[in-house]
This record gives sequence, structure tokens and C-alpha cells, in this order.
Amino acid sequence: MSGFVMFISQIFNGLKIGSVYALVALGYTMVYGIIRLLNFAHGDFIMIGAYTLMLSIPALAAMGMPAWTAVIPATLVCALVGVLVERLAYKPVREKGNSMTALITAIAMSLLLENGSQAIFGADYKTVPTIVSIPTLTIGQLKIDGATIVSIVLGVVMMVAMQLYVKRTKQGKAMRAVSEDKEASLLMGINVNGTITLTFAIGSGLAAIAALMYCVSYPQVSPTMGMMLGLKAFVAAVLGGIGSIPGAMVGGLAIGLIESLTKAYIGTITGGVITSAFSDAIVFAILIIVLLVRPSGLMGEPETEKV
Amino acid sequence: MLDIKNLSVSYGAIDAVKDISLHVDDGEIVSLIGANGAGKTTTLHTITGLVPAKSGSIMFNGQDLLKTKANRIVTLGMAHVPEGRHVFTRMSVQENLEMGAYSLKDTSHVAEDLDKVYTYFPRLKERRRQLAGTLSGGEQQMVAMGRAMMSRPNTILMDEPSMGLSPKLVKEIFRIIEKLHDEGITVLLVEQNAKMALSIADRAYVLETGRITMEGKASDLLHDEKVRKAYLGA
Ligand SMILES: Nc1ncnc2c1ncn2[C@@H]1O[C@H](COP(=O)(O)OP(=O)(O)O)[C@@H](O)[C@H]1O
Ligand SMILES: [Mg+2]
Repeated sequence: MSGFVMFISQIFNGLKIGSVYALVALGYTMVYGIIRLLNFAHGDFIMIGAYTLMLSIPALAAMGMPAWTAVIPATLVCALVGVLVERLAYKPVREKGNSMTALITAIAMSLLLENGSQAIFGADYKTVPTIVSIPTLTIGQLKIDGATIVSIVLGVVMMVAMQLYVKRTKQGKAMRAVSEDKEASLLMGINVNGTITLTFAIGSGLAAIAALMYCVSYPQVSPTMGMMLGLKAFVAAVLGGIGSIPGAMVGGLAIGLIESLTKAYIGTITGGVITSAFSDAIVFAILIIVLLVRPSGLMGEPETEKV
Repeated sequence: MLDIKNLSVSYGAIDAVKDISLHVDDGEIVSLIGANGAGKTTTLHTITGLVPAKSGSIMFNGQDLLKTKANRIVTLGMAHVPEGRHVFTRMSVQENLEMGAYSLKDTSHVAEDLDKVYTYFPRLKERRRQLAGTLSGGEQQMVAMGRAMMSRPNTILMDEPSMGLSPKLVKEIFRIIEKLHDEGITVLLVEQNAKMALSIADRAYVLETGRITMEGKASDLLHDEKVRKAYLGA
């Protein structure tokens, strides 16, 4: 394989995992945008989506349905869990507590979901049945496997769909309104609490689609699988500008590319001084540098003082 | 008609509004004047459900507003132009105006209503694609008023529409309020600019530290010695 082909295939690798980060970051950023809460349990919704895939693929197969249709129950379960988390835990705290209690509640919720699934499924890795089998695409020397194609295509479709939803639909506009000004939204006739619930449902549902994309490449689930993915997606959301939907997309893809390229090349470039084991550290270093230069992230708008 | 009886509102231990009664008849412009902190904004916020009442009643065309959810009040025909404008800064001017029509079930008039807002405020038409956050204070006030018009209200509450505007813009804003009044819209106008507020109103109330201390025909209050001393700088 020539150096150039290797480089291109690393780019595709980066876009593949970057699409997963982008969808998770999208959910993160939408929830943050609407209630200014860093929902630390968001990464765990990927795990819930993955377990739902694992359980529903055989059940659907028994009914003669293709495995990928498991994304439907996975999305519904994640959306439902997201809504329950918001209604039962976050809403009461939001109405009574301050932002610190809300943050601690989110961390507690993350631990609860992880330990809960450990109690149900055990701590070890379980295998997810094959979701799709798409042949490898060969262009000259370049080989792109089916999982990569599925992830990138699905990622792009979801990102475009979300952007259109938020920009063009009535509900999407209501979400933007509520994320900016809840009082003015009420005066417009928007059901603010309903809109917050809907945002949680959609953000959590996106995590299920991310779970599908992830499991197509890495067909394994464990109770803590969402931790690192959630953390990377959080970094992606902050890098892109937390609260900004295009920012989450750009941030997610950027983190994926940085990670894939550093893993592939950092050893060679530094003559073996820094190895690919440091790729996560490099991701965080880049985040810190970007935030020093642009505190509101790549596409975020500076917080303006309200009059 | 809007009828407030014995309304009291408090924020924790702070009593912001104390046992006030006021009414606004259909087609009237009624002004509520008073110094900073008198409780004017609190009164409007309680009418549209943004702040809960402690006691009293607020009836609007036979509906009990204290039992109506905040987001349902606009559907009764009441629009509120809040203090400080509260435009959606990250939306375009036109999107802001369209948000004003959010509560309408019948959307067939939205385009026509937009045109009407643009004839009232030609400056907004030029800037319809601009983000509202990048507008001047006066232009944002126009967006907030246009947004309220888009909900096809029969009654508009306005909270200090002249705040921070140049005398020329204040005139323009008041000219629009009179135009809305001429169309039959009922207006409850809160102002610190007592002179302007009294000059266009039919009746007025004076609010002092949460209590109504004077009420009457606006033209009478405009010539009242105490009002002139306290609010008109004369
Ligand atoms: N959100 C709030 N929390 C606590 N006190 C408030 C709040 N809003 C207003 N107040 C107090 O209530 C009183 C009336 O305020 P407000 O209704 O804003 O007056 P005005 O609009 O006439 O200037 C003031 O003493 C003010 O400090
Ligand atoms: Mg006020």
C-alpha cells in the first residue's frame, strides 16, 4: 500500500469514528443548548442503545426482519430513557437546585445507568450480532470496508437531517427559541417543558444511532462502553462550540480525524518519542489549545451579556 | 377586557405588588407609570403567567388568567412586548416575526401579516435576513413589537418600549402604538417616560412601591401637580 493510499484510508477511518462522535456530540450540545446542563449520562445512552441492539437483533431475526431494523427499538428505548432521566431527575433538580446540583445529578445518573446495566448484563464484554454486511469498496489500491461506508453515510444523513429539522421545522424553531430565551418562548405560546422533553428524546435517540454505527465496526457491548465515547463526544462538542449544532458536527469529525491520524503517524513523525498510545492525550491537548485561542470553540458564539 | 382585582405578588420575602386593582376596557390605551422598582414589570409578568400571583384575580375576556398556563395566554389574544425586548438574537428578523405567529392554528394569514409588519416598520424589511442580535436597540424594539403583532392579538401589553431610545425613535414607537390603537387593539402601556405615556393614554394608574396611589383620566394626571412634580420633572 503506498503512503498516499494509507493516508486516505486513515482519513476514512477518522471520518468513521468521527461520525459517531459527531452524533453523540450533537445530543450533548442540543441538551446543553436548551437547559445549560452538561448531561454526563449522555455517553451511557450509547451503551443502552448497544444493549438494546444486542437483545433485539435476534428477536427481530426470529420474526424474519433484517438486523439493521433493531435501530428502531434502540432509538425508541434511548429516547424513552432520555425522557425519563430528564423528567424524574433533571427537571426537579432544575426547578429547585442550582447548576452544581444539576451537574452532580448528571454524574450520579451516569453511574446509575452504568451500574444498573452491570447488574443486569454483567461487567464483561458481550458480542453484538452482525448488523449489516456490506462488501468492501475497492478503488484502485484503496479499500474501504462496509462498516466505514455505513457509518459515514449514516452520519452525514443524520447531520443534514438534524440541521434541516432545527432550521426549518416548527418544532426545531421552538427548540432554538427555548434554548435562547424561555420567557420569550412562553410569550410566543411555546410549550417550554414539552420542547425540553422533545430535545432530550431526540438527543438520546441520536445516541442509539451512534450505537448502531459503533457496533457495525466494533460489535461489542459493556456497561462502561459509553464512558470514553461520551468523553470524546463532549470534547468534540466543546471544540466545536458547545450549544452549536454545526459545531458538534465539525468537532466530532475533527476529533475523529485527529485521533486516527495521530495514531497512524505520531510515532513516525516524532521518531518514536511519542507513541500512538498518546493519541487521547493529543486530542485533549488540541482541545486546550483551541480553547485558549477561541474560548467559545470553533463555531460557538461568544456568550453575550444580556441587558 | 382585562380586570385585575386585589392582586398581590411577592418574590420570596419581597412584596413587589401589594393589593392592586386595575382594569383596561376594550379599545382603551391605559398607562401604568411609576419609578424604577415600583412593580410595573411584575404586574405585566403576572398577567401573562411568567410570575405566579400570591393572591387576587386576573380575568381576561371571561378567562381566569391565574389558572391559565403561560404559553396558552397568547392564544386568548393577548400579546406581551417584554421589557428589554427579548428578541431571539440568534434568529433572523423574519424568523423572529414568524415566531410571533407560532401560536396560530390558521397560518394562512402569516405572509399577509408579515407584509403588514413591514409596512409599519420598513426598516425591518431591509434587514429581514439579519440576525436580530446585530440590530440596534430601536430596531430590536420594532422586532419585539412586530413579533407581538404577528400573533393577531386584541390586547397588547408593552413594557417600557421607549427605554434607551433616541427621542426620534421614541416618537416613532409611540406613533405605532397609536396606529395599533386606531385598529382597535387594546393597549396596557408601562412606561417611565410618563409624559409620552400620559399624552397618548385614555386613562392611567400611578404605581408607587407596589401600590396604586393615583388613577384617572390621563389628561387629568398630566396636569396634576403631584404627578408633574414626581414624574414629569416640573
Ligand atoms: N426576579 C426577581 N426576584 C426578586 N425580586 C425581584 C425580581 N424582579 C423584581 N424584583 C423586585 O420587585 C420589585 C418590583 O420590580 P419590577 O416589577 O421590576 O419594577 P419596575 O418594572 O416597576 O421597575 C423591585 O423591588 C425589584 O427589586
Ligand atoms: Mg420594569
